[in-house]
Amino acid sequence: MNAHQQPTGSAYFITPETAKAENHTLSVLVSNEPGVLARVIGLFSGRGYNIESLTVSETEHEAHLSRITIVTRGTPAVLEQIKAQLERIVPVHRVVDLTVRAQSLGQERPIEREVALIKVVGSGEHRAETLRLADAFQAKVVDATVEHFILEITGKSSKIDQFVAILKPLGLIEICRTGIAAMNRGPQGM
Amino acid sequence: MTDSNNQMTGAEIVLRALKDNGVEHVFGYPGGAVLPIYDEIFQQDDIEHILVRHEQGAGHAAEGYARSTGKVGVMLVTSGPGATNAVTPLQDALMDSVPLVCLSGQVPTTLIGSDAFQECDTVGITRPCTKHNWLVKDVNELAGIIHEAFRIAQTGRPGPVVVDIPKDVQFATGTYTPLGETPVNKSYKPKMQGDLNAIQAAVELMASAKRPVLYTGGGVVNSGPEASRLLRELVELTNFPITSTLMGLGAYPASGKNWLGMLGMHGSYEANMAMHDCDVMVCIGARFDDRITGRLNAFSPNSRKIHVDIDPSSINKNVRVDIPILGDVGHVLEDMVRLWRALPKKPEKSQTQEWHESIDRWRARNSFAFKPSNDVIMPQHAIQRLYELSKGRETYVTTEVGQHQMWAAQFFGFEAPNRWMTSGGLGTMGYGLPAAIGVQVAHPDALVIDIAGDASIQMCIQEMSCAIQYNLPVKIFILNNQYMGMVRQWQQLLHGNRLSNSYTEAMPDFVKLAEAYGAIGMYCDDPKELDEKIEEMIAVKKPVIFDCRVANLANCFPMIPSGKAHNEMLLPDEATDEAVASAIDAKGRQLV
Repeated sequence: MNAHQQPTGSAYFITPETAKAENHTLSVLVSNEPGVLARVIGLFSGRGYNIESLTVSETEHEAHLSRITIVTRGTPAVLEQIKAQLERIVPVHRVVDLTVRAQSLGQERPIEREVALIKVVGSGEHRAETLRLADAFQAKVVDATVEHFILEITGKSSKIDQFVAILKPLGLIEICRTGIAAMNRGPQGM
Repeated sequence: MTDSNNQMTGAEIVLRALKDNGVEHVFGYPGGAVLPIYDEIFQQDDIEHILVRHEQGAGHAAEGYARSTGKVGVMLVTSGPGATNAVTPLQDALMDSVPLVCLSGQVPTTLIGSDAFQECDTVGITRPCTKHNWLVKDVNELAGIIHEAFRIAQTGRPGPVVVDIPKDVQFATGTYTPLGETPVNKSYKPKMQGDLNAIQAAVELMASAKRPVLYTGGGVVNSGPEASRLLRELVELTNFPITSTLMGLGAYPASGKNWLGMLGMHGSYEANMAMHDCDVMVCIGARFDDRITGRLNAFSPNSRKIHVDIDPSSINKNVRVDIPILGDVGHVLEDMVRLWRALPKKPEKSQTQEWHESIDRWRARNSFAFKPSNDVIMPQHAIQRLYELSKGRETYVTTEVGQHQMWAAQFFGFEAPNRWMTSGGLGTMGYGLPAAIGVQVAHPDALVIDIAGDASIQMCIQEMSCAIQYNLPVKIFILNNQYMGMVRQWQQLLHGNRLSNSYTEAMPDFVKLAEAYGAIGMYCDDPKELDEKIEEMIAVKKPVIFDCRVANLANCFPMIPSGKAHNEMLLPDEATDEAVASAIDAKGRQLV
């Protein structure tokens, strides 16, 4: 969110970072206990790391495990440090950099999907155009009156960005996005 | 206890769990939300409670206790202000890796979130300054959480933990689960054993070195006395020169022939030059802190680096290393010593001869030199005398933070680990007196000296009262220059000698202050009387405040000015007013 150039709190980091910042998607498996999300995001804000997207939900009820997916931005050294810092948190079981894993499997990126709910209010030709676009983007109408639609769309963030941009002049008034859920391709588990 | 079959109140569970974890002393301060625990303390004799005068004091005392014994320090505070006052020692313990368990009272669970009297979000406030923390909502989980708190505090990289216990949980009756029968966090598994291939590679690199240096830190002390023994053995075997951070002093003896002195901002010339010019650096239990490295892009430019650390996040954080070894220092050193012994061909002595000659030349530069005086006591001289006159005793030294701390590190020689307690990472003024109290509680017959400054000592001076109450004969040796000396030094370096608020007006009369508390007050401003008075101070079996008036304007050298490299030190004989005023350039000024 801020402090792109500050890899750690060290006062001696005055030399500008020459390495390029990259977006990486991390999967963090944590015990589902009170405060665990605060520990994870507190680490990011406290050490000046970026959060571009964050999703969290319980994934294994019996084992009390939740999975947090974080898209963060940093140089390779910073990304390595973020992973090590996350692993230091006591209720964190595993941290996998899905982007690094994908690259090691010869793929460009892991599978990354997002859900968005989009409310469009309008009349006349705008409504027809909205429905045509929804069809083209494979978005579903999940609620409607004569004045509005709520559309549900699933896909890559870039696809949703594009969909949102096109809907803007057609009466878009509200958006809710889930943030990214991600997984590596192939038969191996995390 | 109420019942023999493990049914008891939460407060009883707390005492039982502490006892089962080997606790003999707790440092604390009572209040509304911990009264049930204090009531249990009243009704037992196994654990002694030391009443401090401020919760910060409880934390530092527990830190001193922990660092001088290797055991876990325990503090007990009430909710709200009790917990917020504990924050400074918690962060201090986090940065210096001190095992600390803090038990805090909390308002009853039914009132949490209602802005109740003395309520604060203790787990929220202490989350970033602890290794882990818990709010206990069910009395049946209390014992397990306390056992786990002790395990997490003292294993892996040690650190502080907080167990926040609401008052109704302290009153409620539940089951005590014995130690070893409680669930543990499966996600917490510190790695002790280093990777043997990495250690082998490290040993081979060390054997090929022409200009080696060992750079050790607090991790050696934290790993236990065996790690220090192995370190000494490794130095003996390899004949490598060795330097240490502020936190690691004593792991290798100051009288050892390979000792270079402390490194870093106020470290010795020979230590910093060796770090800069070495070809193989072996970092053991240290973390490349900014006080150590100086300007990062000029840090030891031509060396290959080996880094042994138990904390994966310390590796490659500030400095990229060639051979990282993740594991406990003691375990890794054991393998390192064994593999070095097994080397088919040990390096010839001639391989490092030139290097040792360079080091001797740097050593001859005598970088800790100061101008002696017959009229005023030089602060460095005072520490030298204190050291000489306390030799041969079981001596423990704590410090506050500032110039006196650096002079103590430079001039007091430590021969054994766990004898030197100072606030390194956080730099907490006020640490020394309560830490000395904690040390003295653990070692009642030892000589415990708090080397202090006139400004720092006033930050936790109230703990004099605690020292008196428990007959703890701590010796507070104040290097009184009537300034916040280190602040003033930086104002001279950075801010055109404009001494903004660094002069302490209205200094108390420390002799009278000591007497007011019921301690002994001493005063000395004459170099000729210094020895006699120090001996008198050591002989007294009561707490002493020694007001040692020293040269007001002495500064702490050598120094690596901010933003400079190891080989750009400002040496004492070169530190003219002009050199001091221009030592730091515009870029360095932004740094701390």
